[in-house]
Amino acid sequence: MSAAATPAAAALPAWLRALVPLVLALGIGALILAALGRDPVQFFANVLNRAVFNRSGLQETLVLMAPLLLIAASLIVCFRAGLWNLGIDGQFLLAATFASAFAAAWVAALPYWVAMALLFLLAAAVGAGWAMLPAFLKARYGVNEIVSTLMMNFLGFGLSAFLIKTLFGDPEHPAPQTTMLEVAERLPRIGETLVHVGVVFALLVILAVHVVMTRTGFGLRLRIVGHNPRAAEHAGLNVRRLTFAVFAISAALAGLAGAVEVLGVRGVVRADWHPGYGLLVVPLVFLARFHGVAAIAFVFVFAVLSIGGESAARRADLPNDFLLIMMALILVILAVTDHVASRARG
Amino acid sequence: MDALFTNAFLVAFVSGTIAASLPLLLAGLGEQMSEKAGVLNLGLEGMMLVGAFCGFAVALETGSFLLGFLAGAAGGMAVAAMMAALCVALPLNQIVVGIALTLGMQGATSLAHHVLYSRTFPRLPRQPEVALPLLSQIPVLGPSLFTQNPVVYLALLLVPAAAWLYRATNIGLNLAAAGSKPAALDLAGVSVTATRAFAVLATGALGGLGGAYMANIGAGLFVPFMTGGAGFMAIVIAMLARGRPAWVLGGALLVGFATSITTALQVAGFNIPTDLVLMLPFGTIMLVLTLFGRRAGLPAALGLPYHRGAR
Repeated sequence: MSAAATPAAAALPAWLRALVPLVLALGIGALILAALGRDPVQFFANVLNRAVFNRSGLQETLVLMAPLLLIAASLIVCFRAGLWNLGIDGQFLLAATFASAFAAAWVAALPYWVAMALLFLLAAAVGAGWAMLPAFLKARYGVNEIVSTLMMNFLGFGLSAFLIKTLFGDPEHPAPQTTMLEVAERLPRIGETLVHVGVVFALLVILAVHVVMTRTGFGLRLRIVGHNPRAAEHAGLNVRRLTFAVFAISAALAGLAGAVEVLGVRGVVRADWHPGYGLLVVPLVFLARFHGVAAIAFVFVFAVLSIGGESAARRADLPNDFLLIMMALILVILAVTDHVASRARG
Repeated sequence: MDALFTNAFLVAFVSGTIAASLPLLLAGLGEQMSEKAGVLNLGLEGMMLVGAFCGFAVALETGSFLLGFLAGAAGGMAVAAMMAALCVALPLNQIVVGIALTLGMQGATSLAHHVLYSRTFPRLPRQPEVALPLLSQIPVLGPSLFTQNPVVYLALLLVPAAAWLYRATNIGLNLAAAGSKPAALDLAGVSVTATRAFAVLATGALGGLGGAYMANIGAGLFVPFMTGGAGFMAIVIAMLARGRPAWVLGGALLVGFATSITTALQVAGFNIPTDLVLMLPFGTIMLVLTLFGRRAGLPAALGLPYHRGAR
């Protein structure tokens, strides 16, 4: 079982390959809405009005993209190397918790950008550290990493909640949460907008990851390991060391995603906070065929749906979870059209 | 006083362990069959949720506990049929479709709950239980251990039944071949598609049954997202068990044990941080992995679609 990419299905223009299934999925979603007695046109107009054509809504969409892009970058690294790091959610949350726990104190004690740089480094280190046990088990004993990383997620959630309730808790706040980073001290915003510099950082990171994975010797080595570990071993590559490197880089990127979310937007981690972005980004990255630029487009569509869909669902008196059905439809139909497109080319 | 205290502790512990293990056992046995045949079924969580919803809705409507469970299994199979159509009949990516089905079913059951029950929040009455003769009369533990819903006995009987199926029947051999060398199975004149579809549908039925147990027996009601990751835990247990049904039972009991020790310790008046205790089952699995999981022998063709004639 390999996660490595099959570089098929590029015959149709990329935008068409993405657009046709999107329209189909939205069409089926519209039928479901009509069956429930809601006005589908109004619903989708509400989504777009909220998330794209509204100044603050569009900014919220862009802000939501920052952690998702970093998670996508994290997944691109490990999937291209044939490793399933499904522990992103645990790495994300634990890194966010650590960054948030020290944010207020470090920003007060150090020059601003030094503090921020250290917090990002801390988050990356915590994320990477949380992946070391699965990396070791995989590299040393060949233990399946899907199992071990999924388990580390649950351990990460528990540990994070425990730390917030004990060591990292803000004693002055009644609910268990870390010390709040004041709005003025969060990542600076661009111009007069809500969009913070973390969004640009995330865009640059995913593009850099794409270039490293497709255009450098290091990326090539990782892809060889992903396609055929045994051949890589015979070619003289140190597969064990590369396995550690992949887990460390992938999990560090997931940690950075946690830092961006906390230092850019939230300013605090509550003990019961579980964004669970990881599992949502996995299929997006698959559909982008591990391509960094395509992943940006898919992440944008997802962000529009979740920002706009939230208010549209509320207005239509539907539960927010209705959007999950839309997500599922888009994923399945994208997968089907992808298959049909690659069959048509023979 | 002390004796009563211990009894309350033991009873809470034993019934908690069974309630937590049983859905994992059913879903884990199902996932094991699917993995054996080469399909990594990440839609299991969605199948359990649909099973929980259908099981609850039908049991509530008809008042029949048996019809409820049948509906739960049927609901799980309906989701499994989608999985089979997309990932067995069509060679789509099992991970993408599995996650999509789980997400979609989370949304669908939450929506259905919103439409049907969000204003009334109905509950089921206590479901019938069967006391095993003699065994249930053992003092202290007997009543809580041997007075169970019939589904519990069925699930336990499934463990040797599955072991027999894998070891001694053609179906079992076909399943294993579909997972490790599908081309060989095809050459032997057996349809890989049919074999895998059978396995996926069986997974759906068992997962749905597990979900229905959670809703109808465990909770007595349906709430959105009520499976809470049990499907993913069952996947992990099935992977660890490497094709041996008895190990699924062991894994499910281990996780159920670690889950219920929290409640039982609270009943006994120990005050330990819940967050740490909730980590116990997962920590246990990591420990087991570190100590014993060294040669994870998964089927060679797991997760790979089968194209006839492709090399």
